[in-house]
Amino acid sequence: MKAIFKKELRNYFLTPIGYIFMSAFFALSALYFVQGMVYYQVASVAYILTPLNMICLFIVPVITMQLFAEEKNKKTDQLLLTVPVNVSEIVLGKYFAALAVFLISLAVTFVFPFIFFAISKPILSEVIGSYIGFILVWSVFIAIGVFISSCTESQVVSAILTFIVLFVLYSWDSLTSGVSIVWIKNILDWFSVLKRFEDFQIGLLNLPNIVYYVSVVFATLFLTARNIEKRRFN
Amino acid sequence: METVIEIKDLVKKYGENEAVKGISFEIKRGEVVGFLGPNGAGKSTTMNILTGYLSSTSGEVKVCGYSILENPNEVKKRIGYLPEQPPLYFDMTVYEYLSFVYDLKGVKEDKQAHITEVMEIVDIEKVSGRLIKNLSKGYKQRVGLAQALIGSPEVLILDEPTVGLDPGQIIEIRSVIKKLGEKRTIILSTHILQEVAAICDRVIIINNGQIAAMDTLENLSGAGTGEYLIRARSSFSKIKDIFAGMGRIENMGHAESGTVDVKITTDTVADKRAQIINTLVSNGVDVLMFRPVEHTLEEVFIKATGSAETEASE
Repeated sequence: MKAIFKKELRNYFLTPIGYIFMSAFFALSALYFVQGMVYYQVASVAYILTPLNMICLFIVPVITMQLFAEEKNKKTDQLLLTVPVNVSEIVLGKYFAALAVFLISLAVTFVFPFIFFAISKPILSEVIGSYIGFILVWSVFIAIGVFISSCTESQVVSAILTFIVLFVLYSWDSLTSGVSIVWIKNILDWFSVLKRFEDFQIGLLNLPNIVYYVSVVFATLFLTARNIEKRRFN
Repeated sequence: METVIEIKDLVKKYGENEAVKGISFEIKRGEVVGFLGPNGAGKSTTMNILTGYLSSTSGEVKVCGYSILENPNEVKKRIGYLPEQPPLYFDMTVYEYLSFVYDLKGVKEDKQAHITEVMEIVDIEKVSGRLIKNLSKGYKQRVGLAQALIGSPEVLILDEPTVGLDPGQIIEIRSVIKKLGEKRTIILSTHILQEVAAICDRVIIINNGQIAAMDTLENLSGAGTGEYLIRARSSFSKIKDIFAGMGRIENMGHAESGTVDVKITTDTVADKRAQIINTLVSNGVDVLMFRPVEHTLEEVFIKATGSAETEASE
């Protein structure tokens, strides 16, 4: 797993993807930081993290698109699948590499909460909760991107499909807001990845929400491994 | 000798299409076996199953006693695989790539020393710092071979290792494989007959998903045809009289003046070489040339695969 993780991470910073992601993160979070502080006079991380969702929506499909699609297309999967390594290790190695790029980029924005604390009195639990929630939401979305990459040989198809799926999930609450039948609405809400993020934003770290995100990640990665295993039987 | 690879009734279906139809064979330690067959015969599929890349529909595959189904990682540890298209990451340097493969395979030997040793075997030390995408096809193939050698596996499986190379590169890669075959068990697939003749101890001819012939090269091409060609300073009628009753005697014409070429087809495959020469000499015939007729590998291949068009052209 370590070998795959190292290779993928190196690949992100060998190509412009990693740097584009990081600079976009930094530039936009700076912009929204200034807007929030100067224009609205509010020292809240919500002003930074909410717009970052939009960036992630475009860049996460780019980070995950090549993970498996490229290996299949270049036939390098013949190396990965014929060495004594379990498929689950390959999937985890690649997933953690993509997550690491996301976390490194996110770490760049940590500078803004520090400025908040220096000049104002933001609520610590809100700041920490928001960051944890944000990381969990995108852990799920990155796992979905990894899964979609394992379904196709084409990076472009992988990126477009991931964008569509993430966009639907991101807009889930507004898409389902018109549903008036309570029990259907409840079921639809359960699938909402972002609804649970609201709890984190007010500094509420409740266990069921964390378990929800972590289990969706593992279920998606499990499906990815099964998907790759399944190819051997075709 | 110990059996290293054991394949029993191997079947692989792609939907309705049966790519491998019940292949069985064994390979002993130290053998270099050529997998010969036209394109699409099932060679790559068999190799992919043997390495665990594909799963079989039915049948059994064992490497060093371990089943690929029950202990895939034990099997994979013992196999070095060079697929038809070498699995290279073009944006890595040769050393970075081999170092990645070393980590991936979880090799325990000293890293630096092991990678250097492998690079020496396939002669790529001088390109170790270059990006793989900038290498020639021959060098890419060598890097692919080096990748298979990382971890010193007992068995090497090479799928068409010389395809697409120029004649010089083909000879180089063949000599590398031949050298490797001194210590390892190798299965090599090819549709080039000369390659088998140059490298392999034994040939398995696959056609249409089935084994069409399996034997040593000598047995397949040489012995047992029961045909002999003679050039003698004599006349056809005299030779015909000498060998009357031995089989069919044919006049093959005069290649040199005052001589005759005769082909004797005996009715047995037993070795009659000594008897024929002694008979000629005791009858006072000057023998200028004598050789048993051998089937060329091409003829064996065509006979076994039933295909009129040989794929022997290089």
